[in-house]
Amino acid sequence: MGNFTRRDFVKAAAAASTLPLLGARANAAEPLKVGFIFLGPIGDYGWTWAHNRGRLELEKELGSQIKTTYVENVKEDASAVPILRDLARQGNKIIFATSFGYMDQVLEVAKEFPDVKFEHCTGFKRAPNVSTYNSRFHEGRAVTGTIAGHVSKSGVIGYLGSFKIPEVVMGVNAFTLAAQAVNPKIQTKLVMIDSWFDPAKETAATQTLANLGCDVIATHTDSPAPLQFCQQKGIFGFGQGADMSKFAPKAHLTAIEDIWGPHYIKRVKDVLAGSWKSDDFWDGIKEGNVKVSPYNASLPKDVQDAANKIIDGYKAGSYDVFTGPIFDQGGTLKVKDGEKMGLGDLATIDWYVKGIQSA
Amino acid sequence: MTLSFIIDALITVIGITTPILLAASGELVVEKSGVINLGVEGMMLVGAITGFAVSFETGNPWIGIAAAAVAGAATSMIFGILVLSLGTNQVATGLALTIFGIGLSSLIGSNYTGFAAMPFDPPFPDEWAQDAILRVFFGHSFFVYFAIIVIFTIGWFLSHTRAGLVLRAVGENDFSAHSIGYSVIGIRYCAIAFGGAVAGIAGADFSMVITPLWAEQMTAGRGWIALALVVFSGWRAGRLLAGAYFFGILMTLELYAKASGYAILPSQFWAAMPYLIAVAVLALISSRDGRSGKEPACLGKPFMPNG
Repeated sequence: MGNFTRRDFVKAAAAASTLPLLGARANAAEPLKVGFIFLGPIGDYGWTWAHNRGRLELEKELGSQIKTTYVENVKEDASAVPILRDLARQGNKIIFATSFGYMDQVLEVAKEFPDVKFEHCTGFKRAPNVSTYNSRFHEGRAVTGTIAGHVSKSGVIGYLGSFKIPEVVMGVNAFTLAAQAVNPKIQTKLVMIDSWFDPAKETAATQTLANLGCDVIATHTDSPAPLQFCQQKGIFGFGQGADMSKFAPKAHLTAIEDIWGPHYIKRVKDVLAGSWKSDDFWDGIKEGNVKVSPYNASLPKDVQDAANKIIDGYKAGSYDVFTGPIFDQGGTLKVKDGEKMGLGDLATIDWYVKGIQSA
Repeated sequence: MTLSFIIDALITVIGITTPILLAASGELVVEKSGVINLGVEGMMLVGAITGFAVSFETGNPWIGIAAAAVAGAATSMIFGILVLSLGTNQVATGLALTIFGIGLSSLIGSNYTGFAAMPFDPPFPDEWAQDAILRVFFGHSFFVYFAIIVIFTIGWFLSHTRAGLVLRAVGENDFSAHSIGYSVIGIRYCAIAFGGAVAGIAGADFSMVITPLWAEQMTAGRGWIALALVVFSGWRAGRLLAGAYFFGILMTLELYAKASGYAILPSQFWAAMPYLIAVAVLALISSRDGRSGKEPACLGKPFMPNG
């Protein structure tokens, strides 16, 4: 800037005088800013990867109408607050917070920015400008359970869980009920590894389940490590969150994929149209939130048909894996014949169905 | 319970134990020289991503393992320069090294998520590993045999060689060792580099064999368990080996108990265990009175020959 002459100054001033004009014109077509905060890195090949894929779908669909910003590796503690606040100050009009642990931070920041919309994934606290959204992952588990019921020769299947929280309890129950619908004698062995992510322990637990006679093992933890062991051992498993077939081409029967794009597109369109309202979404196969990956080519045609029947049933609303009679582990009737469990009961479920062996 | 059932369970035990045993063996040598390096977890992660990336790019797992050792040693040298040449606090520097290792490995690894590692075949012929009984001896990866060789070599080195005696002297009384002409700082640099190299190889066990993929923080706190083992073993190689296998058996038993429908302890306890162990280690190393009589007398104290 040492050689800043008067002529330059005049040029700059002239340029600046046209700015307000340009600004006004740009404003008319200003893209809507959309913010995201992610728990992990977008390359985690699991939870965050799936949310980021949803963000990319949103960009593809709405193009120049929107501009997205994301922040990765946001911890589920107080450090999320300034990050959310920054996103709001930068002019993002809708912000998606994609993990359970951001709940109170979202509500705190939402109070400060009443004209910014917030959407919190898997949470249950709402406000006039805070919505919640989640997926009915258990519907996908009804599909994998159906496949497991057909494929298992030993009649003993395994389930690798993380923690005893409703989402996991719902998952193992759906998996077991669907497998029992195929083969009533099916037993499920359940191991909780007390972590979402510990590949070495996931592998050890899978080895344990295999040694105890399980020949199909489903996972409710985040890494493809269990599938890699199934591949070595010649038994079967399912991908979690994403198609993981490249990690275990033989063992990978199918996967449950998390699809967030349609929800992001719908809600951002609502903001563009001015029709966004605080709401609670819990969508599944029918709405496209839960997708079943292509089946392994080795899966017999009749098994694929049986699995497709479950998918079609969810799409048509004619099937629900949580339809009575359902007994708990102790043999008590929990859901009467022909009745269905309400989503409210499911959201707080803390008991396992008959046929699950758990600690 | 059939024999093959027991052998399968044993294979799980050995798989869990090996990386912890390896990392703890390296740390034992470091601590015997009078230095405590809490950066084991960080060095393991750097070794894990290096082993994965290099074997993935070169197609040769042996080059991957060598690179993991070099990367672990190089990472440990950051710690070495800070604590030995600049006299910083060892506990704080070691903790910082762990945080650094987590960050560095995530950064390098961001391009390697979503890929499976290339297969790394066990060193013994496949036919031996097929046999129901022989496979418990011959069915493992390179790392399992390497860990056993390393811990026996360290045990022999520390108690039966002159160099081992010098290393212990440096850890027990640095000024005496210095005054009779040994380079305290030089020997400690060597010990730290050895510990880093072995921790790096332990990390490569995760990303190349146990779970042949790269994922951020895939060691999930095993470095802390290795540190705890060194303290609880009373700085003895034999007890370290036994302790590592005891831990592996305990963890496997937990899984078998759960899968069979028994809870030995509430699951919250198991979830908290890595942290409880980390707290126990930090408490043990920071309280002078609580230390075992077998610990190297100069452990954690900076050596300043002219100071």
